[in-house]
Amino acid sequence: MEIFLQQIINGLVQGSVYALVALGYTMVYGILGLINFAHGEVVMMGAMVALSALSVMAGLPPLVSLPLSLFLAISVCMALGYGIERIAYRPLRHAPRLAPLITAIGVSIVLQNLAMLIWGRDYHSFPQLFANHAHRIGGAIINDIQIVIVVAAFLMMAGLMLVVHRTRLGRAMRAVAENQHAAQLMGVDVNRVVSITFMIGSALAAVAGVMVSANYGLAHYYMGFLLGLKAFTAAVLGGIGNLRGAMLGGLLLGLIESLGAGYIGDITGGFMGSQYQDVFAFLVLIAVLIFRPSGLLGERLAERA
Amino acid sequence: MNLLELSRIGKRFGGLNALTDVSLHIERGEIYGLIGPNGAGKTTLFNVITGLYQPDSGEFHFNGKSYRGAKPHVLAGDGIARTFQNIRLFANLTALENVMIGRHVRTRAGVMGSIMNSQATRLEEKACRDKASELLNMVGLKKPHQTLAKNLSYGEQRRLEIARALATEPLLLALDEPAAGMNATETENLKALINAIRDSGITVLLIEHDVKLIMGLCDRVAVLDYGRKIAEGVPDEVRNDPAVISAYLGVDGE
Amino acid sequence: MQNAREVVFRRLNKRIVLIAVLLLLPFAVDALLGRGWLRIVDFAMLYIMLALGLNIVVGYAGLLDLGYIAFFAVGAYCYALSASPHLAIAFPRLFPDGVHLSIFIVLPVSALLAGGMGVLLGAPTLKLRGDYLAIVTLGFGEIIRIFMNNLNAPLNLTNGPQGISRIDPISIAGISLNATQRIFGFTLPSVHLYFYLFLFFAGLVVFVSQRLERSRIGRAWMAIREDEIAASAMGINTRNLKLLAFAMGAAFGGISGTLFAGFQGFVSPESFSLMESVMVLCMVVLGGMGHIYGVILGGLLLALLPELLRHSVVPVQQALFGKTIIDPESLRMLLFGFALILVMLYRPAGLWPSRVRRRELSSDERPNESA
Repeated sequence: MEIFLQQIINGLVQGSVYALVALGYTMVYGILGLINFAHGEVVMMGAMVALSALSVMAGLPPLVSLPLSLFLAISVCMALGYGIERIAYRPLRHAPRLAPLITAIGVSIVLQNLAMLIWGRDYHSFPQLFANHAHRIGGAIINDIQIVIVVAAFLMMAGLMLVVHRTRLGRAMRAVAENQHAAQLMGVDVNRVVSITFMIGSALAAVAGVMVSANYGLAHYYMGFLLGLKAFTAAVLGGIGNLRGAMLGGLLLGLIESLGAGYIGDITGGFMGSQYQDVFAFLVLIAVLIFRPSGLLGERLAERA
Repeated sequence: MNLLELSRIGKRFGGLNALTDVSLHIERGEIYGLIGPNGAGKTTLFNVITGLYQPDSGEFHFNGKSYRGAKPHVLAGDGIARTFQNIRLFANLTALENVMIGRHVRTRAGVMGSIMNSQATRLEEKACRDKASELLNMVGLKKPHQTLAKNLSYGEQRRLEIARALATEPLLLALDEPAAGMNATETENLKALINAIRDSGITVLLIEHDVKLIMGLCDRVAVLDYGRKIAEGVPDEVRNDPAVISAYLGVDGE
Repeated sequence: MQNAREVVFRRLNKRIVLIAVLLLLPFAVDALLGRGWLRIVDFAMLYIMLALGLNIVVGYAGLLDLGYIAFFAVGAYCYALSASPHLAIAFPRLFPDGVHLSIFIVLPVSALLAGGMGVLLGAPTLKLRGDYLAIVTLGFGEIIRIFMNNLNAPLNLTNGPQGISRIDPISIAGISLNATQRIFGFTLPSVHLYFYLFLFFAGLVVFVSQRLERSRIGRAWMAIREDEIAASAMGINTRNLKLLAFAMGAAFGGISGTLFAGFQGFVSPESFSLMESVMVLCMVVLGGMGHIYGVILGGLLLALLPELLRHSVVPVQQALFGKTIIDPESLRMLLFGFALILVMLYRPAGLWPSRVRRRELSSDERPNESA
């Protein structure tokens, strides 16, 4: 029972991060109908930039250095998001579908290897800035950082929902998602909306990157790849193109993964252990695509070939 | 036995009833016209018949078989061929290749046969090529058959689409606004072509905006409005039907 | 009549010259550049086979497969397990000396296995839009690697990250390709023998690709690539044909993997990372999607590139800065990334496009609104 509760907590924390990243995928998909393949690398860059900023500002009090480095990471990532859209997607918006996919893969390889050149191949340990108290809940442990992650993620998601549903910008985004051409005729600056969408998604990704590294205390140039893949799975699970779906999918995937990893040993009689944790996301992805390709909250996709 | 029979076909998109209880039949060897104002559900009905959409209610029989949820390629194999309102050719393949692809359902060569290039494959390939150029000549494509589809003029692309559809040896040829964007001469030629196709024994279903073309060409006509069939009959009857007149005058100002 | 005969002769002559050049190539490389380079050329041949396999999937059918290297891995591990002492560890009673099957038994098996896995993976995804396939294959490539890395306990099947070594060299009719052989009075070192073996298989892959390209099947693939809805309206069973393309590409990957394992004598998960998939994709994209000769060129260029970099980048940096700042490996990946972007933006039909693609991709479809 304690293990179960612990896995639930771990799953929620991890799931909040997935949800933030998944939102980036789902927003871009909703608007362009394309997967942003480089999104995972934006998460990685966010983590790496924050890490470097923190180590430069090591002398400052954490209450100054943390917001500053977060701000820096978000700015860099928003610039990246803008650049990705300008380089990989916009010139190819009317090209065959294969083309933007390939350019986006190119961008993600470039980002990954740039990161490797800048920060090297080693794991970097993320500095612990505050005392990280552990709290016991019914035998399970949750620490301060994890609480902050969950709360911050929920706040950001709520903020995003407000932006999308309550502001002019949000209305323009929804209009472009519904029908790009019609939105343009109605005076919406489609290019601007698409750019902003990429930038908002990237800002969320930056925060998610910092969260992941703070939680595990590690950052690495290769961390974006698997994280991106899983967050994409979360977006598909929830119904890609659907904001609430991305959040639900993220949390669910976090739970599935952590419960799966916790119990896989028992299920397979010890044949497989927690090193197979990363396989679950993939199994979920395949299962969703077979049984409910539209995801939990999504509309039907298959017919829109 | 009618070639095609629709009974009470319904199709919804979200809250919109695109088609409501549409029933009609098409007899063998006739040219059947489908008209209606913009957004009346003509193309939706077309997509149901050709398997692109699944109807939400009702059923249809074709050539004595009942279909429900059949895929487009199955219907094409069973004898329904179509063209598209906004031309959908294989733009970067040659005209000849486009028509040869239409022969896909009537040819057999598989992976092994193609790799081995067996006698049977070579004969089939040659027959396919010959048939394709024959069809291109029949629809009157004057440009070299090796021209890429996208380099053809608009009228030629429409003809190529018809040739490609004919290559599947259909029992029913469904044409979605074939005269759209054509000038008077081209429309005249198209009319002759459609008549020739009918004379060769193929039943034709025609969607058109151009009421004059429909009236001069079709044996029978049905009129759709807001997803319902509001009239059906020989052209003269339909032309004088008050419901049709009000639908056209009331909705369509063009 | 005479004219036709002349054409046939000329074509035949061309072919004879080409074959002669290819047969003499290993001797020329060996004499001019050294045996190390010939080994690199051998690897390049394997990559060309891989790229041609992927070309069926990406170039003909227009499906983006990002985990293609997984099928290469399946083929490689297939041979590694069935032609090495390794299985003696997991099943000492059953195989006290391991398993030592001939490559000619393993080849069809791994082709079938890889093709079958392609079908399993493609079946749920191919009815959906193309980007899903890209992501699922990406994940699959990673999963295969996780399994290869971890299937060493409790039952040691793959030997984990250490990989499987002491794989039997390929031998044909009792002649081992790992030793210098005298055949018809020629002295042929091992790398030469492997070159000819790979030449044979690469030739086979080219032959099969060419025949398929100009067949009913190939036309159906290209129809799907051009317009899937129109293709299905023309009676093409798009799902089955996409599966077929996917399975055939996978089978080619499996065959190359088997040859790779026999040639290298050692396999480990490291050889099958995502970056290898990306590299093969680069070969196809850079060379010219859907064009066999373009893909061969792409494969050759990219397989030789790392070697060129290794021989140039390090010395240049040493001379300039006195140390190595950018290692050739990451420079290579950076170049791949930039190549993918630049080629798609400015030369989407590749360096050597086919007649049709050349006209297609560089066409009117390019929008100007970004300017």
